Amino acid sequence: MTWIVNYLWLIPVLPMLAAGVCALLKQPQRRLSATLAIGSMSVSFVLALIAFAEALSHPAIQVANIHWMQFGDQWVSLGWLLDPLAAVMLVMVTFVGLLIFIYSTGYMAHDPNFTRFFCFLSLFAGAMLGVVIANSLLLLFMCWEVVGLTSYLLIGFWYHRPAAAAAAKKAFITTRIGDLGLLIGMVWLYAQSGTLLFYDNGSGCLEQHAISALAAHITIFGMVVSTAIGLLIFCGAVGKSGQLPLHVWLPDAMEGPTPVSALIHAATMVAAGVYLVARVYPLMNAHALEVVAWVGATTALFAACIAVAQNDIKRILAYSTVSQLGYMMLGLGVGGVAVGMFHLITHAFFKALLFLGAGSVIHGCTEEQDIRNMGGLRRFMPVTFAAYAAGTLALCGFPLFAGFWSKDAILHSAHGWGISRGPFYFGAIGALLTAFYMTRQVYYVFFGPRRVPEAQAEPVASPRHPAEESVIADPHESPRVMTTPLVILAVFAAFLGFVGTPAWPWFQSFLAGQPARFDIGGFSEPGLMALMGVSSLIVFAGIGLGWWLYGCKPIVNATDPDALERLAPGPFHALANRLYVDEIYEATVIRLTRFASAFSAWLDRWIFGGLVNLVAWIVTGFGWLDLGLDKYVVNGGFDMGCREVSLFGRFFTRIQNGRVQNYLRVIAVALVILAIFLLWGHRG
Amino acid sequence: MNPLAGCLLVSALLFAIGLAGAITRRSAILVLAGIELMLSAANLNFIAFWRFGPHPEALTGLIFVIFSIAVAAAEAAVGLALILAIYRHAKTSDVSEIREMRG
Amino acid sequence: MTLPFLILALLTLAGGVAAMTLRRLVHCALALAVSFAGLAGLYLNLGAEFAGLAQLLVYVGAIAILIVFVILLTRGGDADPDSSFSPASAGSVVIALAVFAVLAWAVNTSSLAHVATLQPAPPSDKTGTLQIGQALMQHYVLPLEVIGLMLTAAMIGAVILALRDKRIAAEPKDSELRAS
Repeated sequence: MTWIVNYLWLIPVLPMLAAGVCALLKQPQRRLSATLAIGSMSVSFVLALIAFAEALSHPAIQVANIHWMQFGDQWVSLGWLLDPLAAVMLVMVTFVGLLIFIYSTGYMAHDPNFTRFFCFLSLFAGAMLGVVIANSLLLLFMCWEVVGLTSYLLIGFWYHRPAAAAAAKKAFITTRIGDLGLLIGMVWLYAQSGTLLFYDNGSGCLEQHAISALAAHITIFGMVVSTAIGLLIFCGAVGKSGQLPLHVWLPDAMEGPTPVSALIHAATMVAAGVYLVARVYPLMNAHALEVVAWVGATTALFAACIAVAQNDIKRILAYSTVSQLGYMMLGLGVGGVAVGMFHLITHAFFKALLFLGAGSVIHGCTEEQDIRNMGGLRRFMPVTFAAYAAGTLALCGFPLFAGFWSKDAILHSAHGWGISRGPFYFGAIGALLTAFYMTRQVYYVFFGPRRVPEAQAEPVASPRHPAEESVIADPHESPRVMTTPLVILAVFAAFLGFVGTPAWPWFQSFLAGQPARFDIGGFSEPGLMALMGVSSLIVFAGIGLGWWLYGCKPIVNATDPDALERLAPGPFHALANRLYVDEIYEATVIRLTRFASAFSAWLDRWIFGGLVNLVAWIVTGFGWLDLGLDKYVVNGGFDMGCREVSLFGRFFTRIQNGRVQNYLRVIAVALVILAIFLLWGHRG
Repeated sequence: MNPLAGCLLVSALLFAIGLAGAITRRSAILVLAGIELMLSAANLNFIAFWRFGPHPEALTGLIFVIFSIAVAAAEAAVGLALILAIYRHAKTSDVSEIREMRG
Repeated sequence: MTLPFLILALLTLAGGVAAMTLRRLVHCALALAVSFAGLAGLYLNLGAEFAGLAQLLVYVGAIAILIVFVILLTRGGDADPDSSFSPASAGSVVIALAVFAVLAWAVNTSSLAHVATLQPAPPSDKTGTLQIGQALMQHYVLPLEVIGLMLTAAMIGAVILALRDKRIAAEPKDSELRAS
């Protein structure tokens, strides 16, 4: 057990410690907070590289478990593991995170809450790294929840904006619904297998013994227990990774600052769901994977359709993220861990690049986010344009860029899926739409005439720029601290794909723990070249369609209707309104919840509150009773007693009336009585 | 009923008469007179027991009675002087009128 | 219970009753004197000559006369009180009777009251005045001195009590004139 495995826990803990210290800092101490965050992330990155090297040389899973709490004679254990999957994720998260941290120092430079931002960012990074290396479903769940919390904190970073606060709440609640499924699955798994550790010298819940035990039982709907648990855990992934029923929070999450969108909602947090499914892959049998594949495929197509008709630069990218997450799930479902994870890694780089580029555009246009109010930015922001173009090509799956190899692997696996061809067609159409809407976006933003919004007579104050900066000023290129990460990411977006080509499937082999060979013959797999050709054609078709609609005849004014809108106004409006999913939820789930909450409020107020009030009245009644008792019985009795004593005394006072003869009479009577007493005993 | 008992009965009766007068009459002087009668009854008692008791030659009872008579005389003198003083102050010697020392 | 004893007893008791029930104070005082005389006779009957004669000298000669003097001095408006008996006189008589009853009962139930033969009378040369004087000077010398002291104190006290108050200037002269 090498020292890196023993000290692997440092990787998440260092950013968390940085977050803790940043929480105690005052807002003006910006440089210190940024230094702490970036410093801890850098150290974590170095440690991640060392872990990666270790995993390269030692591909088997290495585990370090610690006993945590004791229940009777059972121990609840936590632990961390290091295997190729975790190593790859560690490097990706720390590297992309580091770049985005550096980018944020420039993007948030004008924000008064700089220190708080870095505190939350560090906390998120620590929690995400904790999810990656967790060897216990319990520890993973705990870090998962912290990730959700920091997502809420960061989406609602500008909390005084109502839209941001509402978006944060929506994100948290929607992911919570998914997390409920995850929790139930976790509890069931613990009940069935007696442990939550993934790998524990043969007794972990993902190891052979537990899996076979789970596969032996049948539960509701005729499902095997392991399928049911796998699907419940997948629910958590559905929430976190924005799959179809629970995707509604991701577009609204764009209310947060752009680095947040880049880090959390493009590269890492949404990828946590995919990583979770990859981690518990031994638990998923063919039926569960079938569900995963269909959900992923549907999501991919659905989100791609909606992205076509959006006008906010970040919303387009958000729906694109939802769509690509669908692709990742599809890849996991049809092709296995390596296929899905490959696309996750490449997507992290180019989606982060796209978001950071969008952030650069927004920063350059001083908070403008509507693409109809942009145009011709190619001239003003060349570096941003070049990086953005690289990212776009990667996302579309342009041949030889990173996205091409990963998406092609998914489509190849979907094509060869024995159960149905449906997901393949969904994926193919989705690829076409992806190319189309990204081209549309690029033409709107970077090409064509410069469009200025008309209704902006006076400058609008934004959270990050004071009102003095005029909106009418020309857009400017972003500072070096923001463009350098863009360039680095662009390089990766272009060339990262080469680690996973069929000729040299280094990535897939690495994850499987086998050595990789460079073999040109990998291309000669039957159907592979044809598929690559077909997917390339799809990409070209999409780009060409986009060019034809938006490149040839760009719109001149911000209020001009969209070209697609002119062609097919009905579907365009439906897509622009996001296919009314939010409205459906509002009318059904939200209304039901509101009714339930009103009912609960009534119940609480009148029934439970009534009971409490009743008890209070009874107690008050007892109090009054006590008061009465005290006043009339105790006090009154006491008073009466005293009065009696007083009367008694006054009665006896009358004996001493100053009459001497009376005294004599009393003495005589006493003498008689005394004599009688004394003589009585002695008679006879 | 031997002579001793007879003397004792007479003494008791005289004592009761004196007591009756002391607690019945309103005049302070007669109260004092009743007290003198009571004292005299006690003296008779002493003489009776001296005469009929053991060792009369020890003269105990007789000496006691002599002293008792002396004390009675002194007490009568002082008491009557008191009555005079009260009469001068309250203008009456009626005991039922003089009741300022009460609770 | 010889006849002289009975007569003397009757005299004493009658005098006592009269002293306590007569209306006019002077009559009461005189009846009291009679009662004292009867008592003196009883002492003589019982062989206590000195005590009897002392009784006559002191009680009849001094105390009864003193009572008469004070009656005369406190006549006030020379009017008899409306009722010479206090309001509770009935009960008081009952109490006195109760006292007598108890004492009589005590006497009757004692063994001494039923002894058949009693002590013979002591010889008079053992109980004479000489013996009394000797006893007083030897055995009872301390009580004698104390009695002397007491009599002195009583005399002084009585004089002081009966003395007229010098502070009231006008009155003493008027009453002195009236007295003379």
